[in-house]
Amino acid sequence: MALLGILLFLMIIGAVIAVETRNLLSSIVCLGAIGFLLSIVFLFLGAPDLAITQLVVEILCLVILIRATIHRRVETVAGNREFVGLAVTVVMLAIVLMLAISMMAGFPSLGTSVLDRMAQAPSHFYLLQGKAQTGVTNIVTAILLDFRAYDTLGEATVLFCAVMGALAVLRRSARRRPEEGDAGDEGEGGAE
Amino acid sequence: MSGGTHQGGMSLIVRTVTRWLKAFILLFGIYVVLYGHVSPGGGFAGGVVIACAYILLTLAEGRERTARLLSERLAAVLAVAGLLFFLGVGLAGMVGGRAFLDNFLVGDSGAEPALASGGIIELCEIAIGIIVSMSLFLAFAVLSRFRVSLGDGDETATGEGGAS
Repeated sequence: MALLGILLFLMIIGAVIAVETRNLLSSIVCLGAIGFLLSIVFLFLGAPDLAITQLVVEILCLVILIRATIHRRVETVAGNREFVGLAVTVVMLAIVLMLAISMMAGFPSLGTSVLDRMAQAPSHFYLLQGKAQTGVTNIVTAILLDFRAYDTLGEATVLFCAVMGALAVLRRSARRRPEEGDAGDEGEGGAE
Repeated sequence: MSGGTHQGGMSLIVRTVTRWLKAFILLFGIYVVLYGHVSPGGGFAGGVVIACAYILLTLAEGRERTARLLSERLAAVLAVAGLLFFLGVGLAGMVGGRAFLDNFLVGDSGAEPALASGGIIELCEIAIGIIVSMSLFLAFAVLSRFRVSLGDGDETATGEGGAS
C-alpha cells in the first residue's frame, strides 16, 4: 500500500506540473507520465486487462497529442486572476471534496472483495459460473463479451460513430489543397 | 513540419527500424486480440496495438506509402464491416428463439482453454479488434491531416502528410 501511495503522489505531482508548466510539450509528457503511472497502479491492484488497455491507449493519445501540438506556438495570456471566479472554484472544490470524503467513509477498505460483503452480488455469479457458462478463463472477457455483450456492442458503436462523425466533419476542408482553396468559401479562418 | 527528408517521412534510421518492427507489432496486436479470452488483453487493447502499428508506419514512412498498405477508404470499409459482423453475430444468436447476442457456439467448459473455447466471444473479439484498430487509425489520419489549432484560431489544413 505504501507503493500505491507513492505512485498516486507521483501522479499528483505530474498533474500539477502538467497544469503549471509553460511548455506545451512538457505538459503533454507529464500527462503521459500520469497515464503510465496509472497503468502501473492498475497492475498492482490486480487488473492486468485494464493496465494493458490504459498503456496502449495512453501511447496512442500521446502520439496524437504530440503530433497535434509540436511546432506550435501557444500564446499565453498573462493577467490578473478573476477573484470571484477563483473564489467560486475554491468553494465548489471544497464542497465536492468534503462530500467525497464523507462518501468514502462508507466504502469497503481497499482490497476487500465485494463477495465478502454481499453474497448475492452479481459478480459472485460471474466468478462462479463464468468458466462453466462461457468456456473462457479470462473472466473479464467473459463479462465483457458474453454477460454484458450488449454494453460492449454499444461501446464499439459509440467509438465508430465518433470517428465517422470526425471523418465527415473534417473531410471537406482537409481535402482541399491550399492553392485550390478559394477565399470566399472559407467559412472559418483561411487555410494556409 | 520540419525534419521531413523523404516524402514527408522520417530519417533513414527510423524508417529502417520501422520496417523491421512493424510486422512484430502487428503480430502482437493480433495475438492480444485473439487470445484475449485466455490471457489479459482483448479486442480493444489489441485493436489499439494494431492501430499503433499503422500509425508508426504513417509517422515513419509518410502517408503516401502507408496508403498503399491501408488506405483510408479501406480502413473505413473494414470498420463498417467489423461493426456489421458484430451485429450479425448478435443477430445469429436470435435464431431459434434465443436472445440477442446469445452465445450459440458456447465452448466446452471442461476443455483446456484454446482459440475456439469461447464460442461467439472469439468472434466478437475479432470484430471489436477490427472496429477499434481501423477507427483509431482513421482518427489519427484525419486529425493529423487537419491539425487542431491551439493558438490564435487559424485552422491549418496541411496537404502534405507524414512529417512531424
